[in-house]
Amino acid sequence: MSDHKEPNYIAIWGWLLLLTITEVATTRLPIPRLTMAILLVGQAMTKALLVAMYFMHLKYEKKVLGMIAFTPLVLCVFLSVMLLPDSKHDPNAASQGPPASAPAEGAEHGEAPAAETPAPAPEGH
Amino acid sequence: MNDALAIEPAETPLTPESWGKLGMWIFLVGDAMSFGGLLAAYAAYRSSSPDWPLPSSKLGIGLTAVMTFILICSSVSMVKGLSAIKRGDQKGLVRWLALTVIFGTFFLGCQAYEWTHLFEHGAQYTGHLFWTTFFTLTGFHGMHVTGGVIYLAVMAVLGARGKFTQANHNPIEIAGLYWHFVDLVWILIFTFVYLI
Repeated sequence: MSDHKEPNYIAIWGWLLLLTITEVATTRLPIPRLTMAILLVGQAMTKALLVAMYFMHLKYEKKVLGMIAFTPLVLCVFLSVMLLPDSKHDPNAASQGPPASAPAEGAEHGEAPAAETPAPAPEGH
Repeated sequence: MNDALAIEPAETPLTPESWGKLGMWIFLVGDAMSFGGLLAAYAAYRSSSPDWPLPSSKLGIGLTAVMTFILICSSVSMVKGLSAIKRGDQKGLVRWLALTVIFGTFFLGCQAYEWTHLFEHGAQYTGHLFWTTFFTLTGFHGMHVTGGVIYLAVMAVLGARGKFTQANHNPIEIAGLYWHFVDLVWILIFTFVYLI
């Protein structure tokens, strides 16, 4: 990779700066939270890609090295998906949690818990 | 000569410049998994919490946007330093490395200010999982920045002593990989922990 033409680093800097500004602006848009999250993740991934491709020179390395560098992202997405069943919000659990530290936000989720919380089923072995 | 090559080839198949570069990549891939594990735990806790606050209601987005900007600038000064030594410009290398160290130190100063401010306003590491995950993630990253600042400061001192030349610029490229990785991780933390 030593002989590749040097990329225009100032242009990359400009893109990263622009994307940081649009990210902050995105958080102020009157759009649904899910849409906002998707937009933010898209912008963050674009920034991460710019850093990896141009600053870390992956664009000029062997393809296999790029694939190895990409692997943790795949594994982490997999890890997060594997954790999803554990993180389903159980409305009954709300009454057992600590008192809300952010009442404004908590109110959104603070539906009255089910009248009687059933005793947890015994765990199978 | 040929026997020696058979035992330890001078070139690696993946990074023909040096074995050290491959070593740094292997370290970074592993390090990415530690950050990934923390981020996955963050996501799991957040989605199962009934009272997770909106980050922007608790954290200063303006300050951290500036911190993001500083790290982006420090990545540019880092690649400029590498370009300098690739041209054989040793003074330029030291100047750009010093600037990168200053950017990194400024980032740490901002983080210290942010944490102090948050603690003064009642944030507690063990108070709510929001704060536990926040301080763990940003603290783990801050330790990486601290390590990077020390690493680059050592490289700057070695550079000032003339250790790096046009032919021997690989250690700078390897140090740069680490520094850019720390920048890349901050881009993700800024988005997942502060903005979303």
